[in-house]
Amino acid sequence: MITYIDENCLYLKEGKCLICEAVCQNEAIDFSQTEEIMEINVGAVILAPGYEEYDPMIRGDYGAGKYENVVSSMDYERLTDSTGPYEGQVLRPSDLEHPRKVAWIQCVGSRQVNPPGANSYCSSVCCTYTQKQVILTKEHDPETECTVFHNDIRSYGKDFERFYQRAEEMPGVRFFRSYVSVVREDPETKNVTIKYTTPEEGVKEEEFDLVVLSVGLSPPPDVEGLAKKFGLELNDHGFCKTNPVNPIETSRPGFYISGAFQGPLDIPESVVTASGAGSQCGELLNYRKGDLSVERVYPPEKDVSLEEPRIGVFVCHCGANIGRVVDVPSNVEYALTLPNVVYAQEQLFSCATNSAEEITEKIKEENLNRVIVAACSPRTLEMLFRDTLREAGINQYYYEMANIREHCSWVHPKQKDEATQKAKDIIRMAVARTRYLEPLMEIDLPVDKRALVVGAGVAGMTSALSIAEHGHHVYLVEKEPVLGGTARKVYDTLEGLDVQEFLRDLIERVYRHPLIHVYTGAEITGTAGYIGNFATKVQSGRGSVEIKHGATVIATGADVYTPTEYLYGEDERVMTQLELEEKITTGDEIVAHAENVVMIQCVGCRNEDRNYCSRICCNESVKNALTLKEKNPDQDVYILFRDMRTYGYNEDYYREAADKGVVFIRYEPGQEPQLEPAEEEGRPVLKVTLPDYVLQKNIEIDADLIALAAAVIPSAGTRKIENLFKVGLNPDGFFKEAHVKLRPVEFAAEGVYLCGIAHYPKLITETVSQAFGAAGRVLALLSNDIVTASGAICEVEENKCVTCGACIDVCAYGAIAFQETETGLTAAVNPVLCKGDGLCNAVCPTGAIQLKHFTDEELLSQIDAAAPEEESADKKEAAV
Amino acid sequence: MAGVSRLQYTTEIRLIRVMCSGRIDLSHLFRAFSNGMDGVFIGGCHLKECNYVTQGNYHALNLVLLSKRIMKHIGLNPDRLRIEFMSSGEGNLFARAVDDFVKTVREAGPLGISEGLDRETLKLNIKAVSKLIPYIRLVESERLRGHFETQDQFKAFYNSEEFERLFKELIADKLAISQIMSLLKEKPLSTGEISEILGLSPSDISKHLKNSAKQGLVRYEENQKRFAL
Repeated sequence: MITYIDENCLYLKEGKCLICEAVCQNEAIDFSQTEEIMEINVGAVILAPGYEEYDPMIRGDYGAGKYENVVSSMDYERLTDSTGPYEGQVLRPSDLEHPRKVAWIQCVGSRQVNPPGANSYCSSVCCTYTQKQVILTKEHDPETECTVFHNDIRSYGKDFERFYQRAEEMPGVRFFRSYVSVVREDPETKNVTIKYTTPEEGVKEEEFDLVVLSVGLSPPPDVEGLAKKFGLELNDHGFCKTNPVNPIETSRPGFYISGAFQGPLDIPESVVTASGAGSQCGELLNYRKGDLSVERVYPPEKDVSLEEPRIGVFVCHCGANIGRVVDVPSNVEYALTLPNVVYAQEQLFSCATNSAEEITEKIKEENLNRVIVAACSPRTLEMLFRDTLREAGINQYYYEMANIREHCSWVHPKQKDEATQKAKDIIRMAVARTRYLEPLMEIDLPVDKRALVVGAGVAGMTSALSIAEHGHHVYLVEKEPVLGGTARKVYDTLEGLDVQEFLRDLIERVYRHPLIHVYTGAEITGTAGYIGNFATKVQSGRGSVEIKHGATVIATGADVYTPTEYLYGEDERVMTQLELEEKITTGDEIVAHAENVVMIQCVGCRNEDRNYCSRICCNESVKNALTLKEKNPDQDVYILFRDMRTYGYNEDYYREAADKGVVFIRYEPGQEPQLEPAEEEGRPVLKVTLPDYVLQKNIEIDADLIALAAAVIPSAGTRKIENLFKVGLNPDGFFKEAHVKLRPVEFAAEGVYLCGIAHYPKLITETVSQAFGAAGRVLALLSNDIVTASGAICEVEENKCVTCGACIDVCAYGAIAFQETETGLTAAVNPVLCKGDGLCNAVCPTGAIQLKHFTDEELLSQIDAAAPEEESADKKEAAV
Repeated sequence: MAGVSRLQYTTEIRLIRVMCSGRIDLSHLFRAFSNGMDGVFIGGCHLKECNYVTQGNYHALNLVLLSKRIMKHIGLNPDRLRIEFMSSGEGNLFARAVDDFVKTVREAGPLGISEGLDRETLKLNIKAVSKLIPYIRLVESERLRGHFETQDQFKAFYNSEEFERLFKELIADKLAISQIMSLLKEKPLSTGEISEILGLSPSDISKHLKNSAKQGLVRYEENQKRFAL
């Protein structure tokens, strides 16, 4: 929250006033500043100008700008937000009333070529953000009726299918597959009427209180000017033109892009490109790495462990965020009455630099040895305030946060008295705990500068090359005798890339790189260690070796589902799309002479067994259909689909296929196409029968060839990798990243990273992008000489241990083992393997093992302090 | 996310942070009840979606179901303890869950009195449980812990006859003896008096007393016609 000066400033307008400059004690306002031009020398440039939301006013689509209660999805997003115009209340523009019936219209400004003004591509993110808005709306008010008018539902991202189902299954939520028009506004109520069609009832009109236009993503403002300034080329859609195999690299050497400047992207993909752009800049700038870095020096730490606790409590107003609800001064007063609290004060923003300095000063002045800041969530600022303590020479684990914002003022804005009392309780509990806090040592671990990459497909090789370009040795381990992975079976992409040529080049660069050590036909037989210091045993044709490495990249790829449906394996005319692609490339006669080719989508996924979309198959089918049409325009190609998910620019190829006569027929789950061998005018065919929703009757196709879009499934070795490297899997069996949005290429297990289709099915360009992203994270680790392990880990009190082994059994990290000591056998914790979850504490019969910073003493003191102080006070629930 | 999304929920809950629901232990739960808390709520990650790799939330589920059984045994309403699984992004779930929980606890009324337990008995019962915690932890991990995938499977196990048998054999009897010992520590009592205080059948009490006498833990005071330590 920073005060800013806008165009209303009297001084800027008329050269008078200057009151603010005079009253600001921190001298933060300086009217003497003028624009200056700075020249900065750099070795590489990253452009991240983002995108612009499509403006529906351009075409006046769907009553935009005409009817008050038609808003864009971005406006609606603000309405649902707690920091939005009505503090999270959804109110419609015309009368500021709560809308009871809300409709969303999808694909506004996207997937359209006529009339001009819109974008031909699919904006990729709108289906899912609309579903999110539906869920948010229902959370605001479960009674609101939500209706989504859509074309294909494109929930092709990881876990998106489930998300769609979650939205769709909510009561009072309807999804209609229909083109719509906004026909009128009621002059009285300002309600908006939408015209749409349903298969059952034909054309219908329905009135809604509020209509949300799910607008797409357009290139950033003045993109031509930007391109000209930096000497970059743009693509046909006005986004940045990128290397066909590297979506982070622009047409100009040394210029990289991150985020949606390459085209519509969602958050995790943007984060991936950011990391990948960093990695690629580093390849250029490696020779001067670290030139500008300065080491932080802290004063020596005072030993205060034997002193009586002297606690200082700083209560933050957080501007008005806390102070508006909680009576801060009374909390300060109250804190001073608590045992061992020797100092308390209020602060406007505890996190401001001068406030943190004030805390450091007070620690010295008042001889404080423990500090509590009563402010926000430890997730936001605990790190900052721990640092403040270090600055004052106090062990950082003597710091405690009392969360009176997220746990109090923000969630009880209307109950000021209760909130003030609750804040006191929270502070009292924090004080109780703080009295028992202990100084903890963090452990500095050296970092082995080498990396292990598991899997030498496009993902693994790209990652390995980028890491090696930074001067690190890379051990690249592949289970097959040759490099290349799944891409070996792919011949071209929709954009026309020759995949085999690309692969040959990649393999050559890998083999030629002096720092990449390749092991083929290899198997990992064991791995041990921790971030910065792993040791992995690899068995290969070159014998058995133990590789030491500081970081690990998992790029083990995926498998293709072997269909059990549609006579696959029984009739040789039925094949997977990958098999068809190979047959097309090798000039197979049957394929070349087939009269009718039928492609069936969603085979083996988007069902009960595999509740996810395999993401790439629609693109793959369109690609094969286009190739077939190009080779033989007379061949009839049918694609039987549920939702065509040619997201992003690939929408253009979907349109091209339709233009070239590829027939797209939709089917619904439960009414899958039926297949049976038959004879038609002496020609043996496979008869395909399915209902047609447009014609409202069954249709039959005499197919000579069936191509199945078989699901991408987790590779057979996934479970083994899961156990070896202690990494997680999502419900579908793909590897699970540490955070879906913000840490998309890292595992929760530190020092282990992931990329490629082991993470989730994706296109080759997306795999390359993610491989650079993973390399970026690896390099961030390997550029350090040491890593620091948390001090909040478990410790065994030896004479209490009865060697029952319960803790060893439950520690999936393998951090605990028996150890012989002078007094006999005892369980002992390896501090670098312990992740501090504390499960072992709860199973130890004698309480011998304790998670430091969350000891029984500390937790029980909080539980005791949670109880009201006086008998007369209302009882409260303790929550753990 | 409940905080960041500014979702409003009950003011009657106080939060204590642990890094994993698996860190929570019997001693924490019963200390809260012993302090007069009317309810304890545990929030954990969704099953099979462990933030660590230890699946500590399964442990927490076992702990809650076992504790509920113990609560029932000592006359406390098991609804006063609840576990809910949610991700950090599901603030709405948290807000709804705690509101609903507080409502349930309100309906259950103040701790002890609503269950017809006077203060002393309540304290005595909780103390007896607390004393047994190290033992319960052992039998829990050796004999009682369920290894299932879904909540329903867990609930079925904890409602099964097999569990009842194990509970009686492993915990209930021990708990009764622990309760008897606590009572006798204060003053000598007769079988009838103990039976009345604990609400257990006189034959069970006399069985426990006989066994304890054999082990030399209690003795019969002929002149008082009462058992004493």
